[in-house]
Parts: sequence; C-alpha cells; structure tokens
Amino acid sequence: MSDHAAPRVRVMRSYLGRARGLGAARTGAAHWWAQRVGSLALLPLTAWFVFTVMHLAPQGRAAALGYLHTPWNATLLLAFILVTFQHMQLGLQVVIEDYIHGSARTLALLAMRGVIGLGGIACLLAAIRIAI
Amino acid sequence: MRDVRDALLVGRDTKGALIQRPLSPFMIPTHYRPQLTSVLSISNRIAGVALCAGAILAVWWLLALAAGDAAFATVRAVTLSPIGLVLLFGWTLALVYHTLGGIRHLLWDAGRGFDLPAVHRSGWASVILTPVLTATLWLLGAWLLR
Repeated sequence: MSDHAAPRVRVMRSYLGRARGLGAARTGAAHWWAQRVGSLALLPLTAWFVFTVMHLAPQGRAAALGYLHTPWNATLLLAFILVTFQHMQLGLQVVIEDYIHGSARTLALLAMRGVIGLGGIACLLAAIRIAI
Repeated sequence: MRDVRDALLVGRDTKGALIQRPLSPFMIPTHYRPQLTSVLSISNRIAGVALCAGAILAVWWLLALAAGDAAFATVRAVTLSPIGLVLLFGWTLALVYHTLGGIRHLLWDAGRGFDLPAVHRSGWASVILTPVLTATLWLLGAWLLR
C-alpha cells in the first residue's frame, strides 16, 4: 500500500459512539431536498425578478415603489428573498464544507450564516416596508 | 491518530488488519486533465459564489428603494456607472449560466439526460446559450432604456 505505517486506533470509543453526531440520522437528504425544491421555485421567481428589474430600470423610485407595493408583486418579492437567501445559505455551506477544514470551517459557517441571515432579514424588512 | 473523526477513516482489509481508508483526491488539474463536465461543474459553483457576492448589489438596491430618494439616487448612479454596468453584466452572465446549470442538475436528479452523450449535449447547449441569453437580456434592457 502506501508508505505510511498501518494506522493504530487509540480512541477508546466504539464505532457507534464515534459515528454519533457526525453524520446523517434520518435527515441526510434534507439539505439535498431543500436545495432542489428551492432551485425549482427559483426558476419562475428569478424570471419574475429579472423581468421586474428590467421593467423598473428606466423608471424612477416612485414607479418602483408603486410596482412593488401591489399585493402580487410584494408576495413574489418576499418569496424570492426567502428562497434566494435559503439557496445561498445551502450552497455556500457546501462550498465551505468542501474547502475549509477544522475549526476554521465552523467559524466560516457561523460567519456565513450570520451575514446571510442579516442580509435576508434586511431585505425582508425593506420589502415589507415597501409593501405596507 | 487522536482525532475521533480520523478514526472513522480506519477500516480493515480482507486479512483483518487495520488500514487507512483512501480519500478521493481533488481532481482538477493534478489528477485529471480538464474536461467539459468537470469544467462546467466547477464553473457552476464559481458562478453561484459570484452570485452571492453580486447579491450585495441587489440587497443595496432594495434597501435604498425603501430608505429614500437620496439613497436610491446613489445606488442608481453607481449601477449605471461604467464599473456598475460591468458588474451588472457579469452578474447577468453568472445568473444565466447558474440557472442553466441548475436546470441540468434538476433534469439529472429526475433521472433524465445523465448518459455521457446527453451530458455533453446539454453542456455545450449551456455554453452556447449563456452568452446568447445574456446578450438578449441586455439588448432588451438597452431597448427599454432607450
């Protein structure tokens, strides 16, 4: 095999004890499903958002406020914000887990969730303020 | 090994001796030459991360819209400046590519188009459609802003 010596396990714990808390326990597919369902929802929502941006680009602030104030557009904007920030969180989580190791990973995940969470709340608040 | 997690990577061979389980290596570019599939895959991830960075602009736009006329005028000036337009163009490119990549992933997850010829076809389609759709959106935008 390789040049390093055969590994010796010095951890005095059973295999079950080692595995506990480290991986899937009936929720292994939850992240995967959330990512798929979210991306499916984002297809029409992103199309709406791109249309909205292009529709509002030539107009001023008053027109944009009026457009996003209507119930349907306000609803779609809130849905777009919720699903987008959820999708970003799930995606960045996988990227961090793939490339950052050790305690830096935990730190990076916490920082990412903090930034994404605050950004999402700020957007929701702005959208609600425009809507009501 | 002292870390509990390392212990999970220890298995036994057919003779019962302890062995370190191998980890799959990071593939491109050290172990495999770049291929359409791997390059498009990492591009989809890079586009996704870029979109997260680009989301800052969208967040700023929305907050400024809610905040007031002065803030909205600032964000509008920045967005329509040369640097802003370049960023916006890159954001559109990443959005279109990531969306097409997402559609491919959803189709694969549904069990469709996962054989190699189909993967290459949809891959090339995304390579061609990304600039085409991006250009279409920008021409439409320029026409609206005329």
